[in-house]
Amino acid sequence: MSPTDSSSPGSVPRSVRPYVVLTGNPNCGKTTLFNALTGLRAKVGNYPGVTVERKEGELQGAAQNIRVLDLPGTYSLSPQSLDEQVARDVLFHRLPEVPSPALVIVVVDASNLQRNLYFATQVIELGYPTVIALNMVDVATDNGVSIQTEQLSLALGVPVHPIVASSGVGVLELTRSIAARAVQPPSPSTPRLFCELPRNYGLEAEKLTEALSQSFPETRYQALAEALLILSDERIVQSSPRRYSPALLAQVAAARQRLESQGVDWRSVPIEARYARVSAIEQMVSTCAPIHGDSTTDKIDRVVTDRVWGLVIFVAIMALIFQGIFSLAETPKAWIEWGVESMGRWVSRQMPPGPLNELIELGVFKGAGAVAVFLPQICLLFFFIGLLEDTGYMARAAFLMDRLMSKVGLHGKSFIPMLSSFACAIPGIMASRTIESPKDRLVTILVAPLMSCSARLPVYTLLIAACIPRVRVAGVLELPGLVMLAMYLLGVIVALAMAWLFKKTLLKGPTPMLILELPPYKRPLLRVVLRHMWDRSRLFLRRAGTVILGINILLWFLASYPKDRAAESAFEQRLALAKAAPAAAGVSTQERDAAFEQLRKEEAGRRLRESFAGRLGRGIEPLIRPLGFDWKIGIGIIASFAAREVFVSTMSLVYNVGELDRDSDAGLQTLAQKLQEQKAADGGAQFRPRIALALMVFYVFALQCVSTVAIVRRETNTWRWPLFQWVYMGALAWGFAFLTYRIAPWFGLS
Amino acid sequence: MATDLQPLSALAPGGHAVVADVRLAPESRGRLLEMGLLVGTPIELVRFAPLGDPVEIKIRGYHLSLRRQDADQILVRPR
Ligand SMILES: Nc1nc2c(ncn2[C@@H]2O[C@H](COP(=O)(O)OP(=O)(O)OP(=O)(O)O)[C@@H](O)[C@H]2O)c(=O)[nH]1
Repeated sequence: MSPTDSSSPGSVPRSVRPYVVLTGNPNCGKTTLFNALTGLRAKVGNYPGVTVERKEGELQGAAQNIRVLDLPGTYSLSPQSLDEQVARDVLFHRLPEVPSPALVIVVVDASNLQRNLYFATQVIELGYPTVIALNMVDVATDNGVSIQTEQLSLALGVPVHPIVASSGVGVLELTRSIAARAVQPPSPSTPRLFCELPRNYGLEAEKLTEALSQSFPETRYQALAEALLILSDERIVQSSPRRYSPALLAQVAAARQRLESQGVDWRSVPIEARYARVSAIEQMVSTCAPIHGDSTTDKIDRVVTDRVWGLVIFVAIMALIFQGIFSLAETPKAWIEWGVESMGRWVSRQMPPGPLNELIELGVFKGAGAVAVFLPQICLLFFFIGLLEDTGYMARAAFLMDRLMSKVGLHGKSFIPMLSSFACAIPGIMASRTIESPKDRLVTILVAPLMSCSARLPVYTLLIAACIPRVRVAGVLELPGLVMLAMYLLGVIVALAMAWLFKKTLLKGPTPMLILELPPYKRPLLRVVLRHMWDRSRLFLRRAGTVILGINILLWFLASYPKDRAAESAFEQRLALAKAAPAAAGVSTQERDAAFEQLRKEEAGRRLRESFAGRLGRGIEPLIRPLGFDWKIGIGIIASFAAREVFVSTMSLVYNVGELDRDSDAGLQTLAQKLQEQKAADGGAQFRPRIALALMVFYVFALQCVSTVAIVRRETNTWRWPLFQWVYMGALAWGFAFLTYRIAPWFGLS
Repeated sequence: MATDLQPLSALAPGGHAVVADVRLAPESRGRLLEMGLLVGTPIELVRFAPLGDPVEIKIRGYHLSLRRQDADQILVRPR
């Protein structure tokens, strides 16, 4: 299925709709330009098989249908990350689902001309009709740089349009130029080369070009560019292993050897030659008036990366985001829960009672609610991330945190995903997309759910209220608060330790170099940030949402079947009898209602205990016995696989407290009391502190969250990693819970 | 003269120099070269991160940050 094709009736068929791709260095303003060119109706998806964002839209203000594809930001055509590889593959027309571009627009940051032209000249050499969008002209002017566009156009041999993408200056002219050029029949130009190679290098490149145009006749215009790339960079061959025949590879190796024997560094020569040309072009086309004093970015950076203030500001920003995700999401979350639930109830009232009705209300709507409650947190997180990225602070955060994260073998960029996971692992895992190195990204994904997310909070709260005595420690601190803190810390410490372990063992590999650009600060554009947030949140709903919904329905089924008809009719009879009985003297209607309510709770409890989930709970009892857990807790563990907070409501069903008002403290207190009163077989309180502690520790580690499993599946594109994660976290949970159960008595908790 | 070469990370914040040699492993050197860190390029060490690592440098008009251990392998000639 192609996520991009939405041919409505009457639209021009796919093959004749011209296709324009937008490419450029990271941070050159490509996305801003894409939005300006395509308006608000872009489609965001992924490239098949990889989680690289694919954005496509229609050129606004053009008479014809012209599709614009936004490629990931790229420094060069020798890819270093998945993002760059996709960009390279599109530009070399190697992805079957992306047609050959009719026109390539290279966005060039005028305030960073040399490095941007390095890439631009590489792209021009590919031989497509090309247009340069010279962006950030305002920033260049502020820096005292002025660029003669005609001169630049002459030097590059392609049209150059000066623009300011963020304010729209020049976008209209650019649109016209694109519209005019994209529909022209392709007129293959003679290949141009922007680097003067030494003679012997040039000869080797020519020979290789010859061989390439024979093996790939359809790409003969790009053969020279490709020859240069594979000659000068060994990773090119690695990143597309099946493309080149052994004979060709042998030829490349021989060529390199010949060059080496002549004392030529085959890696750096083409790069140096290109930079020489590019700086010559820059000198020719730009004039630079010296600016006195520091730029705004320098001034901000002096504070933001200061030894003291830098860290203070960093902590403050992170605290704000964390707090924001945590608390701002609460109200919309409650509204969504309420809305979905009432809708479910309304729909079920329109239907005759029966299994289908229950499926719809309790399975489908509850499941949909389980998906939708994540939306506020995800939207908020992406809003904040968008803000950080758009202002340029994100790079500084990575700059500040790299030292800490590198201690466990991770990259500074892993910090944000880990922090967001305190609110919820789902947005955290999605935030890991900013990490280029696939191994670092995977490690981050694997450990992120160890951070205690907000769904663990109700579990901790319930168990602490039920079992942890309110005694003071060291005079001022209360034990319950300390236990809570300990749970959070435990998650963090083990997450870091596991990250270190994974980097040392399973995902070993050379630590990729940190090469992090610190772009100038920019004023964020609200519409860009909101757009970004909406695009990514929608992707979550579409991709993970379906899986979460499906598994929730399955869990509902497990918790409500099989039905015991006899027991159910017995319950109906008792209820009817109780209702029919004349009100005894001295019994108020309130008391009567309470009695009915009690009957209903007992019935709900019985159903759960005898359901598949209940049987499973009993089934796993031998497994959890060593942790001090009984089958009732087993039911809670099984049911809360849908989401950890479900543990609380399940416990209340198992103990006949009835459906809990989830957000009210009163409900939690009743349940906590009930748990306290539970007597185990040996007569002691069943929820003894050591069991509660073990249970909390279990919840710190266990991956009790289908949504996380679903999103990890989505982000890693295989079931292998989510399964591995589930198993390793389960093992940690069991081990640590066991230790807790055994060790707690030493500290006087029995 | 090779004697006045020093590692990039030995520059003081604000110090200017010219790149003289990039001694990183060939595989990891490629990207740095492509970013314009070539022999003969003027370079400025802007600052060290608050925790001492990484370092921030300025080349060809833009800012880049590298880990100290990698910056140690870039030899420069101070100006
Ligand atoms: N002053 C100014 N700012 C701009 C201009 N174009 C874009 N920006 C800002 O530059 C920042 C980066 O722009 P993006 O469009 O996100 O850059 P990008 O190239 O898509 O970056 P990647 O997503 O990393 O590839 C944003 O804060 C924009 O608002 C411009 O012409 N002038």
